[in-house]
Formats: sequence, C-alpha cells, structure tokens
Amino acid sequence: MPIVKTITGVGHRVVNAVWRIGIAARFFALTLTHSGSGFRRFGLIKKELFSTGVMSLIIIIVAGLFVGMVLGLQGYETLKRFGSESALGVMVALGLVRELGPVVAALLFASRAGSAMTAEIGLMKATEQISAMELMAVNPIARIVAPRFWAGVISMPLLAAMFSAAGIFGGYFVGVVQIGVDEGSFWSQMQAAVDFRHDIMNGVLKSFVFGVVVTVIALFEGYDAPPTAEGVSGATTRTVVTSSLAILMLDFVLTAMMFGGSE
Amino acid sequence: MRHPFNGFLILSPPALVEIRNLNFSYDKRAVLQGINMTFHKGKCIAIMGSSGCGKTTLLRHIGGALKPTKGHVKVDGKIMHELDPNGMYKMRRKMGMLFQFGALFTDMSVYDNVAFQMREHTDLPEDLIHDLVMMKLNSVGLRGTHDLMPSELSGGMARRVALARTVALDPMLIMYDEPFAGLDPISLTVVGDLIRRLNDALGATSVIVTHDVQESLKIVDYVYFMAGGVIVAEGTPDEIRASDKAIVHQFVHGEMDGPLPFHYPGGDYRQDLSL
Repeated sequence: MPIVKTITGVGHRVVNAVWRIGIAARFFALTLTHSGSGFRRFGLIKKELFSTGVMSLIIIIVAGLFVGMVLGLQGYETLKRFGSESALGVMVALGLVRELGPVVAALLFASRAGSAMTAEIGLMKATEQISAMELMAVNPIARIVAPRFWAGVISMPLLAAMFSAAGIFGGYFVGVVQIGVDEGSFWSQMQAAVDFRHDIMNGVLKSFVFGVVVTVIALFEGYDAPPTAEGVSGATTRTVVTSSLAILMLDFVLTAMMFGGSE
Repeated sequence: MRHPFNGFLILSPPALVEIRNLNFSYDKRAVLQGINMTFHKGKCIAIMGSSGCGKTTLLRHIGGALKPTKGHVKVDGKIMHELDPNGMYKMRRKMGMLFQFGALFTDMSVYDNVAFQMREHTDLPEDLIHDLVMMKLNSVGLRGTHDLMPSELSGGMARRVALARTVALDPMLIMYDEPFAGLDPISLTVVGDLIRRLNDALGATSVIVTHDVQESLKIVDYVYFMAGGVIVAEGTPDEIRASDKAIVHQFVHGEMDGPLPFHYPGGDYRQDLSL
C-alpha cells in the first residue's frame, strides 16, 4: 500500500529529525560543560579566532561596503520623493545596525567560516584524528569543538559590527560624496536618531544569537558527518542551508520581540 | 615459580590483557563471538584475518571504545567497559594506538604532533618537551622532519611519525591497526623493525592487527587467526607457518579460493544470466 509507505516514510523522517535535534542539544550542552579548558588555555581560542574571525574580515568588509552603497542609492531615490534626503544617514544606519549587519554578516559567516568548520571536523573524523585523540585520553569536545565554538561566538558580533561600519561608509560614499547629500545632516541626523541601547545593542544581541546558532550547527554537522567523502560534502551543504534558514527565521522572531509594536 | 593461589607453575610473564568470552553484535549481526585471548607482558602479538573478520572491532574493545554485548576485556587487571569516564581516560594514558594511515593531526607540525600528549597530560617545561620530542623522532629516524607539516610527508614517513607520537608517553600497551597497509617494501621493513625494537626498548606489550602475513610473522611472538568473528587458529609464528589447517594455509600462502571463498554468496548464476 503506497499510502502506508508514504506515512511510514514521513514518520521516519520526523522521528529522525527530532532525534537529531535532541543529539544536537546534548552536543551543545557538552560543548558548554567542556569549555573550561579552552578558557584556561586561551591560545586555543585565539588560534581559532584568527581562522574564523580574522580570515572572514575581507569578505565581510567588502560585502558591507557594497550593501551600504546600494542602501545609499536606493534610500536616496525613495527619500527624494518625500523631500527628506537629509534622513539618508538615519535610514542607512538603522537598516544596517538593526537588520542587515547582523543578518547578512551571519549568512556570510555561515557560508565562509561555518562550512570550513564542518569540512575540517568532518575530515578529522574521516581520517580518524578524532578517534586518535580519544584514545590519547584527550576529550575532542574540549580540545577541538569548544575552542571553535567560542571563537565563532566571539567573532560573530565583531564581524557584524565591522559589516555595519563598512556599510555606513559605503552609504556615505554614495549619498554624500557621489550624489551630494549634505554631509552635516547625514551624520547629525544619524547620531540623533540611532539609539545605543534600543538599536545598537539589540543588533549586537541578534548577532550573538546568530553566532551561537551558526557555530553549533556547523560543529555538530561536522562531528556527526559520516566519515566518507560523500558524508562530509553532505554535511557541509547542510551547514550552509540549515544555518541560513535558522538565521532568517530567528531574525524574524528576534525582530518581533525587540522592535515589534514598540513604537 | 608457582602461582600464589592455585599453586600452578607460572611459565610465562604475567598477562597484561585478558579477553574472556567476548561477544559483540552490531545491528543484530554478530561481529565477534566467544573470543578468548591472553597477551603477556613484553610480547608482540599479531591478530590476523581477512578484511571484515572483526580484527579492528576487537582492537576497539581493548581501547575501551566499544562495549561488548557479552564477556569482557581486562587490561592491567581492570575490566574496560566497567570503567567510568575518568578511569577510562586514566587507563588510556597508559595505552598507545597507531592508526591505519597514521591519523596525524593535519593542522599541526610533526613536532607539535609528537608533543601533543606531553602538553595535554603533563606539566613538563617546554625545553624538556623539546628534548623528548627530538629523542622520540630520532628513534624513528625522522628528527630532521620536526618542522614539516603532515601533508609534506610520504606515507611511510607519516606512519613513523605517528609511531613516535604513539610512544610519546612510554605506554605499557601499544596497539597497531594495519601498520603495514599501503607501504613500499623498504618502509614495510623499517616499520616492522621499529615496532619490535620499540616494544623491547620500552618493555611494552604490542598488539598488531594486520593481514600482512610475511612481515608480521617475522616480528611477533604469538599469532591469533580470526575468521567470521571467531578464532580459527593460534600459535607461534613457526607453528602457524607449519599449520596444515586449510584456512591458515590459504591465508599464509595467499591462495585465491579455499575455506574463504572467492565468490560472495549469491543466487544461481544461470538464473542471473537469464539462461
């Protein structure tokens, strides 16, 4: 009976998905409980901060610059219709700090650093490096996973801040330097309208949450990957797809909680 | 010398590893059935058999990475699967394992790979670690490679560096998972010779899981033959060479067909060809 088969198949998939979420949650808890040694030997986290954070800087800054330039151009075209070109600075800054900074930086982080983490850990598993570590009485969660987790969590808000800063500069370049919006009103209105706690801190909080989610997904997928070439490639794809969807869905939830109906 | 409790004569050194009635099933498929082995201190033991006969699974039980369905593995007087995580880690510090392709950490240099366990498990100062790493690398003839990355080493060299890393903390038990796989004849002899020499120099006990008959018979003291998850033969290398058991004969002489069939079981050939 094909219908029974279909229902069984759907049931299997749902049960599997719930299992995986449970295992991922346990993995996350284990990572947190084994984080102590990473902080005692901060060199381990520092090394990962370089490969996940510093090495992502170029892509983040270039992307931020172009997103800011597009915002400047589109914003000017729209604001001009209402004669409020002077509010361009506010529009660019709020758009970046509240939304585009954390979200786009997290998407870029997932595809650049997240996929690299998954592939690296997946390959370490496939080449028995993780088993070797376990048999050397070294806990791989504490030695491999936890330092990468904290490096991701620390670097994500910093990268989002760099993205927003580059974006504001891009908006300034297009709006003020190229189109000729008044420089004084661009900066002063931005300074007056952007609130530190309400706008900037909420943006930082968002990027912190995205950092946790993306890094946990990337590390779990790598650690859980079947130890074959096919398994690692599948895990890398899943990291990018799952974390991108998670970022966008969480962004809506967080935005609704932070800004929804407050004004 | 007589045993203090049962009064029997003790002819061999005390046992370091005792495997008793070990059974292990994976997804209802029996991988190991009723395995009994004893590894005496200071000896080199080979576990041989064709691919998929359960050799590596057995090694994983000795390392405590798998839990038996029935029976137990006792190492240095302690039952492995009954140890708590702390006890397990303590026991593993006294063991070393060489993986099939070395399993060197690819993001660390040769030096850092060998120093890894010393840094993780001891508080030795860095200049002492330096001397120890150099001595370990010198013992495998690769002191000059200390600043290379694993990707810059040949297969045989990577295996020797992994061997230096395995014996970094002078383990009492060294396990080798297919140490001869994929090596050229010179590296094969070098690795074989190193395994024996390191075992004797450290006073350790070595367990070699392999299907390389000729190389391992040259260096080991005792051999267990496995097929289909059970021990089918055992003895000293000379006894194995002289064995008239069909399965041992087939394996030692590399015969294509015998008790281990060439053909994987399947349906009627004529039927498959629609004749």
